[in-house]
Amino acid sequence: MSPLTALFGRELSLSWGRGGGPLPALAFYAGVTTMLPLAVGPEPERLASVAPGMAWLALALAALLSLERLFERDFEDGALDLLSLGPVPLELVCAVKCLAQWIAIGLPLALAAPIAALALGAPTALAPLIALCAALGALAFAFAGGMGAALALGSRRGGLLIAVIVLPLFAPPVIFGGGALTAGGGAGLLLLAAWTAAAVALSPLAMAAAVRNALD
Amino acid sequence: MITALAIHNLSIQRGDRTLFSQFSLEMKAGEAVALTGRNGSGKTSLLRAVAGLLRPAAGEVRFGEVEAEEARARGLHLVGHLDGLKTGRTVWEELLFQTRWTGGTDAAAAAALETLDIVRLKDLEVRRLSAGQRRRLALARLVAAPRPLWLLDEPMAPLDAEQRRRFGVLMEQHLAGGGMILAAVHDPLPLPARGAEVGA
Repeated sequence: MSPLTALFGRELSLSWGRGGGPLPALAFYAGVTTMLPLAVGPEPERLASVAPGMAWLALALAALLSLERLFERDFEDGALDLLSLGPVPLELVCAVKCLAQWIAIGLPLALAAPIAALALGAPTALAPLIALCAALGALAFAFAGGMGAALALGSRRGGLLIAVIVLPLFAPPVIFGGGALTAGGGAGLLLLAAWTAAAVALSPLAMAAAVRNALD
Repeated sequence: MITALAIHNLSIQRGDRTLFSQFSLEMKAGEAVALTGRNGSGKTSLLRAVAGLLRPAAGEVRFGEVEAEEARARGLHLVGHLDGLKTGRTVWEELLFQTRWTGGTDAAAAAALETLDIVRLKDLEVRRLSAGQRRRLALARLVAAPRPLWLLDEPMAPLDAEQRRRFGVLMEQHLAGGGMILAAVHDPLPLPARGAEVGA
C-alpha cells in the first residue's frame, strides 16, 4: 500500500470516528433546522421562501463544528511531526486531511440538506440542486476551514478563533450557493464550483505553511 | 541513502532566548552519538532542527551527498516524547500506518511486533498500554521501515532493564548495517558511542 493510500485510510477512519464522526454535526444541523419555525413563525408560505437559504446557511455553520480537531489532535500528540517526515509533501498531507473531512462530515451533511429543506417546505424539485450545492459547498468549507484550523494551531480556544478566521471565507460560497438556489442553478452554481475549485487548489499551500510555522 | 551527517555552527533560538550557538558535529555511517546536556539545554530542539521541523537561527545541517529535503522525506526517523500515536486506535493499526507511511512493508511491520516484543498487545487500543509498552510501539517503526538515520529523544527512559538491553541490541544491529544514531540521553547508551554536549 502506498504511503498516500495509507494516510488517506487513516484520516478517513479518524474523521469518521473522532468525536462521533458526522453525528454531532448532523444533530446540530437538525437542531438549527427545527428551531427555524420557532423563530420565524410556522406559516408554510413564509417558511418555504426561506427554507433553501436557511438549510444552506445551517450547513455552513455545521461544517465549522468539527474543524477544530482537524489538525489540533495531531499537533498535540506529535503525529504532525511524523506526517512532516513522510515521502509526501505537507501540502498534499493537508489536502488529504481536508478531503477525508469532506467525505466523513461534509457528504453526510450534503445528504441531510435536501431533507432539511423539504421538511421546511421547499419545493421537491429543488432537492437535487440543494444536494449538489451542499456537496460542492461542503468541499469548499472543508478546505477553507482547514486553513483556519491550521492557522489556529496551538492557540487556546481554537474553535472560536477558527470560526472568526473562517466565516469571511465562507461568505462567498454562501452567497453563490444562495443565488444558485434562488435562480434554480445558473451562474450561482458555476461561481460556487469555481470558488470550490480555487479553495481546493490554493488552501493546501496556506495550510502547509501554517502547520510548519506551528511546529517550529 | 544517507551515509553522513554534518551539523555546522548551528544556533537555535526559542523566542528571544538562545538555547545554544555554534554547535558542530560530524557523523558517518555506523556511528552513534549520545547528546548530553542539562534539562532545557536544547537537545530536543537540536534533533528537531536536524529533522527540519525547527528553523535554526544560524548554521546548517547536511546529509552528505543527499539533498536535505530528500533525506527528511525518506532517510530519517524521529522518535520523541510525543509519539504521535492515536489512543483510540489499536497497536496494529497504528504500527501498520506508521510503517507504510515511512516506507516499510506490512510483513516488516509484523516482524517488528516480534522484535519489540509487543505481539500480545497487537489488538489492544493504544490507551491501554503502559508507558514502556507504548514506547516500544513507537520504536517499532525504526525496525519496520528501514531508514539510515535515527534521531532518538530519550528513547529508553520508560523501558525496563530487559527491554533496554534488547533495544541496545537493535541499535547495534542498525549501526552494523551502516546506520547512524543521534540520541539525546541522560543515561549512557548501552553501546559504544561518542558523546557531544549541548548548550555548554
